[in-house]
Amino acid sequence: MSQPALINRYRWYELVGIYAGIFVFLSFILAPFVEGFLVSLKPLSLLFSSPYRFWPENGSFAAYRTMWVSVPGFARYIFNSFFISIIVTTVVLALVVPAAYAFARFRFRGSGALLAAFLAVNMFSGAVLLIPLFRLMRSFGVLNTYFAMIVPGVAFLIPSAIWLLRTYMMRIPRELDEAAFVDGASHFYTLRRVILPIAMPGITVVAITTFIGSYAQQFIFALTFNSKTEYMPLPVGLFAYFGRQEVVWNELMAASFVGIAPAVIVIFFLQRYLVSGLTAGAVKQ
Amino acid sequence: MSVRRSTFIFAWILLLPALLYVLVIVAYPLLDTFILSFTDASLKKTTKWVGTVNYDKIFNSTFAEVIIRTFVWTFFSVSIKMIIGTFGAVMLNAAVPGRALFRILTMPPWIVPMAIGIFMWGWMYNGQFGMISGMLQNLGLVDGPIAFLAHGSTAFWATIITDVWIGVPLVTLYLLASIQAIPQDLYEAAWTDGAGRFYRFRRITLPLLVPAMITMSMLSLIATFNSFDIIWILTQGGPNGDTTTMIIDTYRTAIGSKKYGEGAARAVVICIFLSIFCLLYFRVTHRLASGESR
Repeated sequence: MSQPALINRYRWYELVGIYAGIFVFLSFILAPFVEGFLVSLKPLSLLFSSPYRFWPENGSFAAYRTMWVSVPGFARYIFNSFFISIIVTTVVLALVVPAAYAFARFRFRGSGALLAAFLAVNMFSGAVLLIPLFRLMRSFGVLNTYFAMIVPGVAFLIPSAIWLLRTYMMRIPRELDEAAFVDGASHFYTLRRVILPIAMPGITVVAITTFIGSYAQQFIFALTFNSKTEYMPLPVGLFAYFGRQEVVWNELMAASFVGIAPAVIVIFFLQRYLVSGLTAGAVKQ
Repeated sequence: MSVRRSTFIFAWILLLPALLYVLVIVAYPLLDTFILSFTDASLKKTTKWVGTVNYDKIFNSTFAEVIIRTFVWTFFSVSIKMIIGTFGAVMLNAAVPGRALFRILTMPPWIVPMAIGIFMWGWMYNGQFGMISGMLQNLGLVDGPIAFLAHGSTAFWATIITDVWIGVPLVTLYLLASIQAIPQDLYEAAWTDGAGRFYRFRRITLPLLVPAMITMSMLSLIATFNSFDIIWILTQGGPNGDTTTMIIDTYRTAIGSKKYGEGAARAVVICIFLSIFCLLYFRVTHRLASGESR
């Protein structure tokens, strides 16, 4: 017990070096957020003045009120973002839970190759497959609906979700399945009554990471497959304002901060799950 | 025998929904891209076979330049991500007060909607009033305002920096997890033998971190090669095409100009590169895994 403490004892200059390093590192990570937040507090006249001033003198939260008027669809965009992410997460879970169980428990001819094939999906972004996806959505008749964003969104979140949940399920002792099977339970009953309850924490992690993934990546499909304002998720809704000649920066930043609030809240409450979840997807077992 | 058979059938029933979904939404479009690339598909009602015309066209155009640019862009982005990520992981691994908080503070660029982070960078790069240009002027480092996104060379680096910013949290946290998986006894043994902190880092941490670094840079390579949002939001491939990567070029051709056939040919070229990366990744991780178990 005393050894690790001794080995980790730093000299003062080492401590200074470490904190300086962390400060530089976090400055890079957090600079856009700090600047964005300060911008949201500045009146436009201060924003568009030279020389540049970092601190918002006579700053106010006015932009957080006016943005609801200047970005009329704002509440709707946030609702859309949540709505799309919730449906995507539900569909992904429904597809992935059984598949992950199959990969975790059963070895059959071709299972390894099939798993590799699923993972290979991760290598192709939606951007590469945009043309045929566009045609596919058109032939389904779902262009300019929520489905045009949900259907392709699900596909690209399946691989990591399978990988993550499979890793989790492999840690559940096999004896449980066998005991249930010996007692005469069917495969399906075993999955539903024995495995699912035990795997709940893992399923929760997958649900959270999938939700975050889908909330964070609503751009290209929404940009290309939907042109109706009422279905736009937040990123695309705000992009319309970003692209304008005269960007009202303080309101755009205020809207951005309200838009990222859910993600930030999630980080603070669930960061433990997130780290294990999001990195496990990348760890080769 | 019948038990095995029923198990086999059950496994396939479990897999089937996810498999069908991916077949329809990913595999079929992949095939369709390939087929379309030999046609003159566009908004017109009729589509006819044109052989390899689309491929001839792209190789007679500036596409070679676009390919090289994409590789240069990707190379710098991945390298910088790995350097900053390794630095961050080593710093965050130090047993100092506040490290739990520092780890949480590493996550935002990765967790918040990507587009919104990019909007913030858009403001930072603003020439007249943006933070970076303003700070540089206030410090007296430059004479006039710099519109980072308006000039080819600065826009190229600006998009790289933003891509690095979005990718660094994952690299950092992954490498941090890998550092923490290194057995503590190694450090204690070295420490008992009088090895200093830097020596332990160089002789224990770095060598044992190499497999994770290789895995991560491969994953990062694939993600960066596919990067679309950042460049599209910041510059749309401009100015004068100086930030046009293969993905952006394909998007412009296919979605902007509605030349589906030509766009598909470009997408096929991207897919070929991605498949090579993908094979490389599987091979490398396989070798690393078998090397570890030995």
